[in-house]
Amino acid sequence: MMRALHDRLNALFPLGELTEQRPDLAFLTVPREHLRSIILHLRDLEGFSHLVLLTAVDWLEEGNFQLTYLLSNRGKAVDLGLRVMIPRDGASMDSIHDIWPTAATYQRELREMFGIQFPDSPGVNDDFILEGWIDMPPYRRDFDTKAFSAKTFKEREGRMTTDPEQHMKQQLYPDGA
Amino acid sequence: MMREELKIRVVKGPDGVEFEVDPLRDYFCEAPPASHPPAYAKIVEDLFNWARSHSLWILGFGTGCGAIEMRPLMTPRFDAYRYGIAWRPTPRQANLLVISGYLSVKTLKRAIRAYEQMQNPKYVVGLGSCTINGGMYWDSYNTIKRLDDYMPVDLYITGCMPRPEALLQGFEDLKKLIRAGKAEGANQYAEKFEWYKANQKQVIHDWDMPDYNW
Repeated sequence: MMRALHDRLNALFPLGELTEQRPDLAFLTVPREHLRSIILHLRDLEGFSHLVLLTAVDWLEEGNFQLTYLLSNRGKAVDLGLRVMIPRDGASMDSIHDIWPTAATYQRELREMFGIQFPDSPGVNDDFILEGWIDMPPYRRDFDTKAFSAKTFKEREGRMTTDPEQHMKQQLYPDGA
Repeated sequence: MMREELKIRVVKGPDGVEFEVDPLRDYFCEAPPASHPPAYAKIVEDLFNWARSHSLWILGFGTGCGAIEMRPLMTPRFDAYRYGIAWRPTPRQANLLVISGYLSVKTLKRAIRAYEQMQNPKYVVGLGSCTINGGMYWDSYNTIKRLDDYMPVDLYITGCMPRPEALLQGFEDLKKLIRAGKAEGANQYAEKFEWYKANQKQVIHDWDMPDYNW
């Protein structure tokens, strides 16, 4: 079924690779400039009426952000994820809040946690989770959360870590048996 | 960036007179908290402390996953009410703030506001490893690691999570501290107010509230 949908879409748009995860779940890489028309086509003609989520993956080594738009066809109970690769430097993407208003919330989160800009998305520059954040967006993979934590929050002396295997061995067999 | 409702604005009263309102100055007390050391003879103070120890009213404010342990504690399974421990909905009616688990910087701001609005004498209990040394969130970018830098903590209850029995034991220990006159957190907060404020402002970067939220 996903294959048939892919064939129908492929006749209309240039598409990337299709990953069929389950019979009712597939991921499709699409070029950035066609995302909007593909989404509108899926929503209006293929019954994908619901945006399940919009999230990002940081491909630091390739210098890309992957945006995943997960759409759901409720009538047929199938999900299709649209993957869009955008360059990491000066990351910016077109907003789809006019297609699904809920997208504005996801875009606000992505702007804060990944630093991806969504011009024209309503309220996108408001604080979402963080308040008074002063460093680089914390979900970026080059953000060193441990170093930031050590620099920002004072530690208490005496914290120690033990290897669970060695520790239990010592506890259960103190003689080394 | 100052929030809109905290900015100075001109308000027209019901009598038609216009006047200026500065929310941060007009809605809160400007004076820093004052220390109230024991003032009466020991036998009277002992009586006070005995009474205080038997009315621990906890602010119903859950900061982290530890708050989930408070539900069985306040319901019939473990029933903390039989020890004179009750939960209250507002800081003005509570005298015990339980920081239940990890405390993010954003929640710290609310916890400080809640603590400062509570009336003396008041106590703070840190619940779980996270309040002691960060616990499993030791390398997190937005949770604090030592609660006692930001608030005067009278007692810590260790564990991740501590069982309701451990909490009951902790509250009994807190009662002993109060009866011995050793739970002087509110006075300590007043005496070292500058130090606490400096620590708080070091991690809260958008300080958009008065220095003392009374």
